[in-house]
Amino acid sequence: MPGKLKVKIVAGRHLPVMDRASDLTDAFVEVKFGNTTFKTDVYPKSLNPQWNSEWFKFEVDDEDLQDEPLQITVLDHDTYSANDAIGKVYIDIDPLLYSEAATVISGWFPIYDTIHGIRGEINVVVKVDLFNDLNRFRQSSCGVKFFCTTSIPKCYRAVVIHGFVEELVVNEDPEYQWIDRIRTPRASNEARQRLISLMSGELQRKIGLKVLEMRGNAVVGYLQCFDLEGESGLVVRAIGTACTLDKISNTAFLPACNSPSKEMKEIPFNEDPNPNTHSSGPSTPLKNQTYSFSPSKSYSRQSSSSDTDLSLTPKTASSPQGPRIFLFPSSPTLSCGSPHLNKSCLLFPGPSLNPLHSSHVSPVVLRKSVSFTEELLLAASGMGSGSAGKEGGPFKALLRQQTQTALEQREFPFFTLTAFPPGFLVHVGGVVSARSVKLLDRIHNPDEPETRDAWWAEIRQEIKSHAKALGCHAVVGYSESTSICEEVCILSASGTAAVLNPRFLQDGTMEGCLEQRLSWQPGFFSIGSEKGEVDFFPQNQDSSSLLGTEETSPLGCGFCHIPYDELNMPFPAHLTYCYNCRKQKVPDVLFTTIDLPTEAMVIGKGCLIQARLCRLKKKAQAEANATSISNLLPFMEYEVHTQLMNKLKLKGMNALFGLRIQITVGENMLMGLASATGVYLTALPTPGGIQIAGKTPNDGTYEQHISHMQKKINDTIAKNKELYDINPPEIPEEIIGSPFPEPRQRSRLLRSQSESSDEVMELDLSHGKKDAFVLEIDDTDAMEDVHSLLTDVPPPPGFYSCNTEIMPGINNWTSDIQMFTSVRVSRLSNINLTNQTLNKNFNDLCENLLKSLYFKLRSMIPCCLCHVNFTVALPEDEVIQVTVTAVAITFDKNQALQTSKVPAAEKTLQRASTDNEEQLQFPLELCSDPLVSQPFSPAKAASLDKASPLAEGHLRHRSIPSCTNSSVSVVKMTPLSFIPRAKITKYLGIINMFFIRETTSLREEGGVSGFLHAFIAEVFAMVRAHVAALGGNAVVSYIMKQCVFMENPNKNQAQCLINVSGDAVIVVRESELEMVPVQPSAPVSQPTSAGGDVTT
Amino acid sequence: MTNDLDIFVGNTTLIDEDVYRLWLDGFSVSDAVTLRLRSGILEQTGATVDVLQSDTMDHYRTFHMLERLLHTPSKLIHQLHFQIPPSRQAMLIERYYAFDESFVREVLGKKLSKGTKKDLDDISTKTNITLKSCRRQFDNFKRVFKVVEEMRGSLVENIQQHFLLSDRLARYYAAIVFFANSRFETGKKKLQFLTFEDFAYCAEQMIENWTLGAVDSNVDDMDVDLDKEFLQELKELKVLIADKDLLDVHKSLVCTSLRGKISVYNEMEANFKNLSRALVNIASKLTHNKDVRDFFIDLVEKFIEPCKSDKWTLNDVRLFLTQYMTSAHTVDAFRHQALWDRYMNTIKSCLLKMYHD
Repeated sequence: MPGKLKVKIVAGRHLPVMDRASDLTDAFVEVKFGNTTFKTDVYPKSLNPQWNSEWFKFEVDDEDLQDEPLQITVLDHDTYSANDAIGKVYIDIDPLLYSEAATVISGWFPIYDTIHGIRGEINVVVKVDLFNDLNRFRQSSCGVKFFCTTSIPKCYRAVVIHGFVEELVVNEDPEYQWIDRIRTPRASNEARQRLISLMSGELQRKIGLKVLEMRGNAVVGYLQCFDLEGESGLVVRAIGTACTLDKISNTAFLPACNSPSKEMKEIPFNEDPNPNTHSSGPSTPLKNQTYSFSPSKSYSRQSSSSDTDLSLTPKTASSPQGPRIFLFPSSPTLSCGSPHLNKSCLLFPGPSLNPLHSSHVSPVVLRKSVSFTEELLLAASGMGSGSAGKEGGPFKALLRQQTQTALEQREFPFFTLTAFPPGFLVHVGGVVSARSVKLLDRIHNPDEPETRDAWWAEIRQEIKSHAKALGCHAVVGYSESTSICEEVCILSASGTAAVLNPRFLQDGTMEGCLEQRLSWQPGFFSIGSEKGEVDFFPQNQDSSSLLGTEETSPLGCGFCHIPYDELNMPFPAHLTYCYNCRKQKVPDVLFTTIDLPTEAMVIGKGCLIQARLCRLKKKAQAEANATSISNLLPFMEYEVHTQLMNKLKLKGMNALFGLRIQITVGENMLMGLASATGVYLTALPTPGGIQIAGKTPNDGTYEQHISHMQKKINDTIAKNKELYDINPPEIPEEIIGSPFPEPRQRSRLLRSQSESSDEVMELDLSHGKKDAFVLEIDDTDAMEDVHSLLTDVPPPPGFYSCNTEIMPGINNWTSDIQMFTSVRVSRLSNINLTNQTLNKNFNDLCENLLKSLYFKLRSMIPCCLCHVNFTVALPEDEVIQVTVTAVAITFDKNQALQTSKVPAAEKTLQRASTDNEEQLQFPLELCSDPLVSQPFSPAKAASLDKASPLAEGHLRHRSIPSCTNSSVSVVKMTPLSFIPRAKITKYLGIINMFFIRETTSLREEGGVSGFLHAFIAEVFAMVRAHVAALGGNAVVSYIMKQCVFMENPNKNQAQCLINVSGDAVIVVRESELEMVPVQPSAPVSQPTSAGGDVTT
Repeated sequence: MTNDLDIFVGNTTLIDEDVYRLWLDGFSVSDAVTLRLRSGILEQTGATVDVLQSDTMDHYRTFHMLERLLHTPSKLIHQLHFQIPPSRQAMLIERYYAFDESFVREVLGKKLSKGTKKDLDDISTKTNITLKSCRRQFDNFKRVFKVVEEMRGSLVENIQQHFLLSDRLARYYAAIVFFANSRFETGKKKLQFLTFEDFAYCAEQMIENWTLGAVDSNVDDMDVDLDKEFLQELKELKVLIADKDLLDVHKSLVCTSLRGKISVYNEMEANFKNLSRALVNIASKLTHNKDVRDFFIDLVEKFIEPCKSDKWTLNDVRLFLTQYMTSAHTVDAFRHQALWDRYMNTIKSCLLKMYHD
């Protein structure tokens, strides 16, 4: 099915001087797509050529449209010798291939050369005509939308969340091909850029095909990575969550039957606002609420079960679009058998409870594999109404089985999303992670990348089984990463084991259909406190209590409740009754990889917590190397975990969100860096302090020292509590009714080693059976640990930091944001390194980097660094590279203490007041800076033209003032999925760009710092230019996935590869939005209007 | 452990105005760090010297990259490489093109050539401005001069369009270009009491009244070169001093109207002929380039100094010049009224500006 790609080359500006003699350039442009090339005329002797070309038309397959980038090369014409290339622009035309995104790409693009960087700009217009009707269009993967955002994008609602999609493609790396010996670095770099561009296009197309197979229309949480495996090749892999999304527009109030979901069989579903019918009577929400789910009954539920309705309030009834999600397993063929499936699960509820120890063995490819589950969270499913007793057991098992059945039918019940609509996430089990050490060898057949596929399948399987062991049937906040050094590669995957709402999942299975359905109000996808959110919960809560099922607690503590049977825990755990509802059990600490759920109740603010660790390792080859790495990994995991736990307690907090543990392998060391955002969840018990114990109790001075340290620690905890406003109300023990008088810390590391035997080695992280969290100082190592605990300096006043999307306790952001990337490369000076000095160096490096950021951004105070993302690389021996990307957002201090759930009225007030401030600021700016408006004012330029009738002769001079007004449009960038104080009105497509920059004159370009500084600025510039050309004004969910920097100072050379991605969007400032009349019914039960797209 | 590489890149380019000033002033990174330390910034922010060092380096790198663009400010406005809000862009440009009074006084009226550039070392030592800063300022003068030298239209507006400077700064540059083109002598000891601002004002007056642009806005170099024809015509004014009758009539007219109004009447009366001769002689000699260059010295030596020695106040000078100018109109035999006004208006403005009490 062909399409027609049309390209017009308009003009160039600021071109470099290519002809030294005339100080000018004779530029022309080659436009290439696939194998077709067009050329413009030569525009002689100008640095600002006006080509104004005809439309170059390419008639191509849509497969090519998806795979190939449009390649524009600007050259300098030379009559006698070969034409010199000035630079190139690669344009990904994918955003033009789906109807809702951009319609035209038009604007100024920086002309980029891998040796010289940006050399002028070129104005290009690109359009695509697809010769196909919508239906045929849908048969290809062209229409599938991609989002980097790891939540449901703001102006869409999810009709169905289908689940995990993954794909990888491999190729030989041009840099390592024989031809590289004879071609120029420029040619080699360009070959690489082009190849990777092609491979990403292909990958995206293949993923798109999978999504279409699943009947989805979008991929959310799309994460694409490159593995530069050197000699053995180049792997491009991607994961994401397939969804069927429906655009929320003004017509959102129409019935949803015009959504794509109608293609699916279950038309009656769409009319039904309440899927929740397994309990047919108005029975009490108590314990043995019978869980009747005869298939026939549930099928008729639509009419019968009015009493259980969560949404049959008049208002929702009048809007029967019933925002809903179908969980759509990837293997739909199983549908016929599902009622039986349910039954069988009833009969055999057991098997899922002990898969933890069943480690899988991968016989051939896998040389060595080490994997972990960290049950950082202990959880058991809370029964409704406080009956966590025995009766609950089977019932819970039943429920779990049900939801599991649904999810088990997919290969991997994984979700790359990190934020969910309220009610979706029922319980969170804890972090599950798996790592595996592999030896790379050449990929022999690029068309069948089976080895790499198998590696990942293995790891995913492990993750899945770990989740099961935690009583969870799904993994959310799932991500994958690799670290490569020479021929050794560590594959890592991690996520958060979770139970998704069974109410949403079960009816589908009962109907013999595999569509599971989740229903919620679409407005709640948005992060932050949208209006109406509060109103929603009572409903939810009503229905749940009526149903007597496990349900999101009214107090927003449901997700903290443990997901599995207390009496049948897979590991010893310590539980207390939930401090919110006091009915169900919660663990005393909670670690997750997801964002803080919006409904979570938090006291005080959050803070960035990092664990940093280095381990020396002997240099070794091949298998010996892999073995020594595998042997080190468990200890690193253990230590990282201990550090996190200690630091969390030191902050007086009890939960970690957004946990990301990165293990990096180098020639002679391993680095571990864990980042997470600590918070105090009200549902969880107050963390105990840290006790220090000495081993030699009789030594007086030693005792003194210990008590001194203890005092210091206690002081720090107290200080931190004050700093982060953590002042939980004292709750007498009796009220809680906890059978355990003291909060205790216990957790456990389970490790399965697949290589030797099925023997399971268990690491007890609880430090024996001590009552409080005790640190024993028995040697200098431990001493160092305690010291390092205390060396973490809190951010200066006015600064907060987190690595999640939202910072608990701060909600009054201003529109003042600054996204930045900071890179440091440190050379370890002393040759005789020990683990301690290494740790200290690494710790200092990170701390100094943070300090430097705080200093640089001091003008933004009060300010929060959000989505702080550290990556560590070990490019050479004794060299550590740390890259940080984050966004600093200024907030309004005066309103900083308000809770996240501000009543709607108050919120608008708040908004209004800040608007006033903004209005005030404007004139102020004007008077403080009179030069801005004066010289560039259009009136002046006009009068000038009038005054001098000689404009013709000096057209070039004259043209300048006329365009000084149309200055370059501002493009905001942020790693978050939103822009504060603004609303995303349109997603224009994914930005996924790969650049290489090389220099052979490193010193002349300001050394390594100058080189990389310029390059990163260039990357930002090119991203902004592409977004602006798509018609956008912001990039959300921006991420720098790779920044590989290599230098050879002796040869005066350096090379850097950068891969970035994000979602190009159009945002409208809230203040502008408020001009538009808002739907009157907004606050109550119509959150669509709040979350909806008012402007379009 | 040493940091090989240490960078910070913001999506919006971060600009610290204080560091920018230090950079413009030509301080090295280590000097800038020392100066920043002295400002007490560490106490305010709780940062360490390392942090300050890294921050300063970072800003210097940014400025270094921006410098190329600052040479053609319109590029800075249109480039995509650095995202800088328009108000900041204007600040960057304005500050980059700002100059030191003591420096500009050294080079004002000198030929902006390599020769002068070689003297920058001496100027740097003399003015206590770093050589780097001197070079930047000198190069700015030269760059602006080269761009607008041959251009039609208003000098100030041309400068403003090409360098996007504020009105005030554009006027100053116009003066610098004008002085450099006509090579007015401003460095003599006798002229040291004059500020750049004085000269800039005079330049403006001269551009407005004495250049080609004053009569015809459609010629090359209209604001840069003096109107040759006008200078020729100025010879005609000689009649005012050459013709004894005319001189006496003129004198009596002035004296009559100033009697009782001016505090130095007697001195004025005694000196009238000298002063009038001086002013008219300056006019008649302006056809020679050499005398054009000495224009300001002549004004000081022949007019300002005699008045000063007789303790004229500024008001006395104003009264005298006004009367001197208007009275010529009533001298019947004097026919070059328009020419006289064109000449005297400017002379009067300049003298008043240059006459410091």
